[in-house]
Amino acid sequence: MVRFARLRRAGLPYVLLLPALVVEVLVHLVPMAIGVVMSFRELTQFFLGNWGAAPWKGLGNYRVVVDVDAPVGAALLHSFWVTCVFSVVAVGLCWLLGTAAAVFLQEGFRGRGLLRAVFLVPYALPVYAAVITWAFMFQRDGGLVNHVLHDQLHLTGGRPFWLLGDNSFVALLVVAVWKTWPFAFLVVMAALQGIPKELYEAAALDGAGMLRQLWRITLPSLRPVNQVLVLVLFLWTFNDFNTPYVLFGKAAPESADLLSVHIYQSSFATWNFGTGSAMSVLLLLFLLVVTAGYLLVTSRGRKHADG
Amino acid sequence: MADTAARAPRPAVRAPRPPERGRPRARRGASPTAPPRSFRWARRIFLTALTGFVLLPVYVMLSSSLKPLRDVSGGFRWLPSGLTVRPYLDIWRTVPLAHYFVNSLIVAGSATACSVVIAVFAAYAVSRYRFRGRRVFTVTVLSTQMFPGILFLLPLFLLYVNLGNATGVALYGSRGGLVLTYLTFSLPFSIWMLAGYFASVPRELDEAAYVDGCGALGALLRVVVPAALPGIVAVAVYAFMTAWGEVLFASVMTNDTTRTLSVGLQGYATQNDVYWNQVMAASLVVSVPVVAGFLLLQRFLVAGLTAGAVK
Repeated sequence: MVRFARLRRAGLPYVLLLPALVVEVLVHLVPMAIGVVMSFRELTQFFLGNWGAAPWKGLGNYRVVVDVDAPVGAALLHSFWVTCVFSVVAVGLCWLLGTAAAVFLQEGFRGRGLLRAVFLVPYALPVYAAVITWAFMFQRDGGLVNHVLHDQLHLTGGRPFWLLGDNSFVALLVVAVWKTWPFAFLVVMAALQGIPKELYEAAALDGAGMLRQLWRITLPSLRPVNQVLVLVLFLWTFNDFNTPYVLFGKAAPESADLLSVHIYQSSFATWNFGTGSAMSVLLLLFLLVVTAGYLLVTSRGRKHADG
Repeated sequence: MADTAARAPRPAVRAPRPPERGRPRARRGASPTAPPRSFRWARRIFLTALTGFVLLPVYVMLSSSLKPLRDVSGGFRWLPSGLTVRPYLDIWRTVPLAHYFVNSLIVAGSATACSVVIAVFAAYAVSRYRFRGRRVFTVTVLSTQMFPGILFLLPLFLLYVNLGNATGVALYGSRGGLVLTYLTFSLPFSIWMLAGYFASVPRELDEAAYVDGCGALGALLRVVVPAALPGIVAVAVYAFMTAWGEVLFASVMTNDTTRTLSVGLQGYATQNDVYWNQVMAASLVVSVPVVAGFLLLQRFLVAGLTAGAVK
């Protein structure tokens, strides 16, 4: 009897975990394994209903995808670079805006609570509603952006296109930063509440000014939070599909051709899921390497800093 | 890597405490930490500019939704030539918005309910028990967050289609398939945040419940859940927002009868002419429930983040 009770007790955590485990395995792990298998097969539209019958292709899909001299590989490489530049710039701006806003709101003043709520609005708005509004603002003829830049400030010669051509990168960046920075703000704000006030008082008594306090107290205290925050922001931005998809519709302009949309389009346009899966697997491998390297470097740096 | 990843998500904000002795109390009024004037001006300018940037689209959405069609089909104008509520009446007829709305409510509501319940159980196990595989579980679940959605979109699409063909259980194109997919999106973050939240609930409370004759489940439901309610509310808000705003899977996994708002809203733009005033009105209508809910409950989210994620 005692033994049975002990067994039940030992099994309890697993029972509690079971539902989470089942759905995670079903929706994430099994499809991921299938995706890897698919990337080795010639999975074109003829085999969609019965994908087990698709012939094996070995590394064939990968060869097509990484052949940068052929159109498919060249387009993927281009999309990869665009995504890298986009992610680094967007994450940098999001972090900067979020941290600055959180630091400025650290001290109590009138209207602080209201501002905090206002700043969280972009985060709360459904992505598509917000991005459709931006798409309206970026319209060449009827949009607010050209109205201000061209009609009111006379900064541009003609009315530039924002959702076509090279400008679309800027448009995408603005929308992505607008939508994502509140998350950085939220996290940094929460982290700032954990810094004891006495630290600032002691520093002020020692004659340290605001900038010095920021540099010596605030930023070092944020380090552990930043390590995770920057990583999460990077992964989200790198994998972002919703923003470019809603902003540009089915055909993203070349200068703003992010990887997720690129893979989506090349898969569903040609119904060649084999090469699409190969691209996705490469994307995942890249993210794994970046994440591992990032955690390794930042954790080591931290150990050194701690002495 | 596994080691670091497991530890990384819950960083501690640790700063060396200053020695308590011999430190004069800050005087009231002339606090030594009172910001100098230059700082106050920088703050004013920065926050004003940022507020403008943040609210600009909100203004465009609101003002355009009240404009007559001629105001939005020509050049942009800051102020409407006349106010009208016509767009708010027309949106329901141009596309079956009410239908999409109901679909979204069902899908997001069910996904939230399932996700929260599953996360509560999992987080309780992770925060209260030391068991074999605990670390593997947390690392695996968290790392699913970094998977590109596109990676499992194609296989999941195939899986649902083939499961449907084989068993007759329609997952592809059904609301159930979408609910199942969405609940896993918010699950990792929810488990992680709730585990941190539960850890801050004193174990003595559990033990008191045991003494009163509760089992582990009783302790969880009667003591831990009520004590961690703000965290649970925060997680629910997050799960609902995630499901309400998702586009990628909704665009592939739904058909005409199960279409949700995220895809349905694009219906206004596929007409020959884009009725921007209606698009803006519809965007506003679909945003109000989540934004209102979020702003009402945001202090729980901040508190939950402080307790669960950051500390």
